[in-house]
Amino acid sequence: MEPPLPAPDAEPSGASPGREALPVTTGDLVRVNAPQRFLRGFGASVAEVWRFRELLVNLVRKELKVRYKDSVLGFLWSLARPLFLLAVYWLIFGKFLRAGIPDYAFYIFSGLVAWDLFGSTVSAATVSVVGNAGLIKKVYFPREILPLAAVGAGLVHFALQVLVLVAVLGAFRYDFVGPNLALLPVAFVGLVLLATAVGLLLSAANVYLRDTQHLLEVFLLFWFWLTPIVYPINTALDALGRSRVAGVELATVYLLNPMANVVLGFQRAFYKHVTVSDGSGGRITALYDASMGTYLARLGAVVVAGLALVWLAQRTFARAQGSFAQEL
Amino acid sequence: MSTVVVASEVSKRFRLHHDRSLKERVLNRRRAAATEDFWALRDVSFELAESTTLGLIGANGSGKSTLLKVIAGILAPTAGYVARRGRIAALLELGAGFHPDLTGRENVYMNASILGLTRAQTDRYFDDIVAFSGIERFIDNQVKFYSSGMYVRLAFAVAVHVDPEILLIDEVLAVGDEPFQRRCLTRIKQFQAEGRTIVFVTHGIDSVRQLCDRVIMLERGEVVVDGKPQEAARAYRERYAPSVDASDDDRGTGQVTITEVVTTDGDGEPKSRFSAGDRLGMAITVEAHEPVADPVVGVALYDHLDNLVYGTNTAHRGLSLGTVEGRCRLAIDFGPIPMVEGQYFVTVAVHSRDEAVQYHWLERHWSFKVFSATAEAGLVHLDPRITVEGV
Repeated sequence: MEPPLPAPDAEPSGASPGREALPVTTGDLVRVNAPQRFLRGFGASVAEVWRFRELLVNLVRKELKVRYKDSVLGFLWSLARPLFLLAVYWLIFGKFLRAGIPDYAFYIFSGLVAWDLFGSTVSAATVSVVGNAGLIKKVYFPREILPLAAVGAGLVHFALQVLVLVAVLGAFRYDFVGPNLALLPVAFVGLVLLATAVGLLLSAANVYLRDTQHLLEVFLLFWFWLTPIVYPINTALDALGRSRVAGVELATVYLLNPMANVVLGFQRAFYKHVTVSDGSGGRITALYDASMGTYLARLGAVVVAGLALVWLAQRTFARAQGSFAQEL
Repeated sequence: MSTVVVASEVSKRFRLHHDRSLKERVLNRRRAAATEDFWALRDVSFELAESTTLGLIGANGSGKSTLLKVIAGILAPTAGYVARRGRIAALLELGAGFHPDLTGRENVYMNASILGLTRAQTDRYFDDIVAFSGIERFIDNQVKFYSSGMYVRLAFAVAVHVDPEILLIDEVLAVGDEPFQRRCLTRIKQFQAEGRTIVFVTHGIDSVRQLCDRVIMLERGEVVVDGKPQEAARAYRERYAPSVDASDDDRGTGQVTITEVVTTDGDGEPKSRFSAGDRLGMAITVEAHEPVADPVVGVALYDHLDNLVYGTNTAHRGLSLGTVEGRCRLAIDFGPIPMVEGQYFVTVAVHSRDEAVQYHWLERHWSFKVFSATAEAGLVHLDPRITVEGV
């Protein structure tokens, strides 16, 4: 038995002075947890998330604060990590392995910032719902907030990494400013949409099948190497050549990878030069050899696909979230 | 009065035994299919008018907390629906979202936004919240360094500053020390005075009588009583109290044993249900198995919270039984009993005059019930007349 509340020393409520009517209860009766039809309700969900935007901001802030709590350098670590990475790439791939691409560190880093945002965000989002089981079981808020908070925290780290990249590019007087930078916002939007969609979907899947988070690790590794980040895209396209499977050209399939397109966009924006001198008089193709128009068209397609995926993921999430509290 | 919460034939099914990993699913394919259904709620319907305080009572596992979670939107019902209007805050757990690595200040903002307060509101209440918690000095320390008492106080301070139109409170708020509960109660009354609609889950039948306008009692997920707190408290007691009186505290040397105790109407007729102010009598039979000089028979009445309501014995009343051998019958007339509604327990004891030897002691072995027509609180039933003399 719970200990009962103690007898009040004040008057019992029956004898309390007449309650002042509080003309507060407003609005119409709204059904709680109305069944989600798949095709409709996206707008309502977005509005609900917007209503809880302060919670979203707080969760992002919490995530960032908790990560570097009690460390002396704190937030500086977010800057230090990409800097060290950059130094390692420069040393290993630029000097030891001689990848053949000049300024290889800049090349690899421009693609890696994009991948890092995707990979870390999706990983964090996938475990976000399960990791906050305590909250889900005790408090109502649109559950989308949790994976979105992971995206938010990822964006902050991404911003810092880009800052480091730009600072280093500037420090080494690498000329990256130009019309190519126009690719950046489109690639960025596509990237965020993709990460959000995959994060939403997997966070819900992970509630029902905890293997999701482990599968994801393997899958992300696979995906990473299928994306031209460490190697120039032409090595892959040349190797695939004209080979076909079931009548479909493999090189075309390779280029369907949305993350490849995003990464290509980032590389073109920062690294800028499609062909570069290999130092011994010859020229090598470092980036995807296509016009800016093609780049923009491909990135545009990624954005459209990303929007569709976010919609699809949100609707799936909305259908699944009703039973989160009991599945956790 | 307009309706703020509607529950229409709400049912909630839980599936027990759920295998999680892929491996388990493959290995135990046959067993995994054998899930067990458990209905936490079945066809629960009610409408709640604005500014009412609804108490949800019932035994453990009767579905109270599930119903609260369905109203809050945390769980989706399997069938039926809940509709409501107005801002809602659910206090199902103190300190939801508290992170040990964050400071008290940061956690206040975190927790407040979870409870639906805006940042501007939290800014405004912040000093109040800190003052209420009484931990000003530690507000910028990490919460992991707090004592559990400080933690709860801070969490509670945030919780009482919520500003909902509908407030849901789980029994978590019924834990804690007495001053804490008193503050809880005071605060709930303030919410009531402000006209907010409150739904709360409780085990404490007394708090139901003191706070609620209406009570719903659940049993195995179904509504068994929906009405005035008085009726519900009575139904609750009739269902669950008998399990309380199974006290087997039976001790003594056995030279004298208590063979029979009957509560009566004071004229010798057995009676176990009384109205407040009725006469209470008791017929007690003891049996001495060998001659015992000057034993004392005592009677004590306890309420359901184990408060001693009244106690006396033959020595206190200036009575001597002399040397007892064989059966001895005693009739006690307590006169009118000014006791509030509830179940009362009777302890009877036989001991030597100096209380050095306990012949037989039966602790809380019998019980009777008192019913009262009026709503009242406390231990003693009085009959006050209140007149208004000018305003």
